[in-house]
Amino acid sequence: MDDLRDLYQSTILDHNKSPRNFGVPADSNRDAEGYNPLCGDELHVYLRVDAAGRIDDIGFEGSGCAISRASASLMTEYVKNQSREEVDRVFDAFHDLVTKAPKEGATPESLGKLAVFSGVREFPMRVKCATLAWHTLRAALDQTDQTAVTE
Amino acid sequence: MSVASHDALPADRFDVAAVRAQFPVLADDGPGRTLTYLDSAATAQKPQAVIDALEDFYTREYASVHRGVYALSVRSTQRFEAVREKVCRLLHTSDPREVVFTRGTTEAINLVATSWGGQNVSAGDEIVVTQLEHHSNIVPWQLLCERTGARLRVAPIGLDGCVEVDAFEALLGPRTKLVALAHVSNALGTRLPVAALCQLARSRGITSLVDGAQAVPHGSVDVLAIGCDFYAFSAHKVFGPTGTGVLWGRRDLLDAMPPYQGGGSMIRSVSFEGTTYADAPQRFEAGTPDVAGVIGMGAALDWLEEIDREAAAAFECELLRYASEALEAIPGLHIFGSDPEKVGVLSFSLDCAHPHDIATILDREGVAIRAGHHCAQPLMEFYGVPAMARASLALYSDRSDIDALVSALETTREIFS
Repeated sequence: MDDLRDLYQSTILDHNKSPRNFGVPADSNRDAEGYNPLCGDELHVYLRVDAAGRIDDIGFEGSGCAISRASASLMTEYVKNQSREEVDRVFDAFHDLVTKAPKEGATPESLGKLAVFSGVREFPMRVKCATLAWHTLRAALDQTDQTAVTE
Repeated sequence: MSVASHDALPADRFDVAAVRAQFPVLADDGPGRTLTYLDSAATAQKPQAVIDALEDFYTREYASVHRGVYALSVRSTQRFEAVREKVCRLLHTSDPREVVFTRGTTEAINLVATSWGGQNVSAGDEIVVTQLEHHSNIVPWQLLCERTGARLRVAPIGLDGCVEVDAFEALLGPRTKLVALAHVSNALGTRLPVAALCQLARSRGITSLVDGAQAVPHGSVDVLAIGCDFYAFSAHKVFGPTGTGVLWGRRDLLDAMPPYQGGGSMIRSVSFEGTTYADAPQRFEAGTPDVAGVIGMGAALDWLEEIDREAAAAFECELLRYASEALEAIPGLHIFGSDPEKVGVLSFSLDCAHPHDIATILDREGVAIRAGHHCAQPLMEFYGVPAMARASLALYSDRSDIDALVSALETTREIFS
């Protein structure tokens, strides 16, 4: 039960129930769809990227499990006003957070609220749920026509 | 097994504890280590008899089949070929030449789609499947349609998860070449009226294939009474090893079909000027087969023969009723499929939690269920859901499994409340 509470922390349950930035932002100019074939999680991420390449606004739509939905919701809060380079850095840090045990002296707190996903690493089958939104965000920034997958 | 008294109800004749005790993985290993296995529709656990048979075969009897003249190979071949007769007994038929060993149900269906389909289906022809098929009884036919220009038609189901027989019949026309039907739905447990459906096909000269993967574990199967032309199943769902299964086909059809794959074993003679092929079933068994897998399947079928299948089915029916009532009492829980004849499969959703969250929480409570699309995405689309949670029963399932499931679902509701 303890590791379940680590996985389903109150922040995750809250964002699952009341996702932030749910919907399409006004004047969105990039978007991508994400799909997790194992779970059937479907996600659509919309961005408004400004001339300098910063994420001016972001929203998402779709259906999925609590982990994928909360991850998308928390991600949209986290990456607003970030550049592509900043997103890449957070992507890597987030991926490490949900797949690897923390290194000595590392500070996972640097991910702020995203640290609530640290419990995912005890559940390898759920890593893709947590990372789907991030893969989809990168696809939207690249504006490829390909559906993002978590492979 | 307990001996039946004449007035006992069939369900009471079934000693589930004695069956369960033969499955080492289900042994009670102390607090927190007991497995509640409710994913038997995905794959069944193995009784000690099957595990022993595999070890014994590799330890004492292993050699290639149909090759050597030495005693070990002869014995191996005899044991391998004897499994065809066990399969005949399972399917209530008699000709071992009608039994083709495959990697499983999926390969059996692909074999028919490629070999029989390639020979008998052409542009403008139609193949009929149902809305509730597993992907393995959809995609091989789609591939055939792509190759030939034939058309796949889908017989509808009702919200109860049952095939609408009139609508099925209405789809059968002059261009229909084959109907491909699940005997039992893997996602809903619906038992299709395959005898009636195959009769509708046969009376119009249409060939029929029945995917029996989910039916064989739950009761007696009689392919002649069903009246189908092909019947497929997998060993691993009937307590045997993975990697092996069966295509049963009517001999006149198999004899007329071209090879599926080329290689050793499937030939009569080979020269660069031309090759002639072995008769069925060897014609369809290129390469060294999964010898030990087939031997293990034989052990599983021997084991199954010792079970009173009628009593087991009655017990499962009662257990399914117990489980259905317990699940329906959980607020916000919805069960998919309500065929009164259904087997022990319970697919459900919970208003407060996604199936994957349910499965993760259940797993931590020691309860193994399946969550996902169950390789039946068109069926998920029909019900308008991305996924379902599924608990499925087998011969070793008992009320303690259901009680553990219900308790874990309460934990799920607690976390998501």
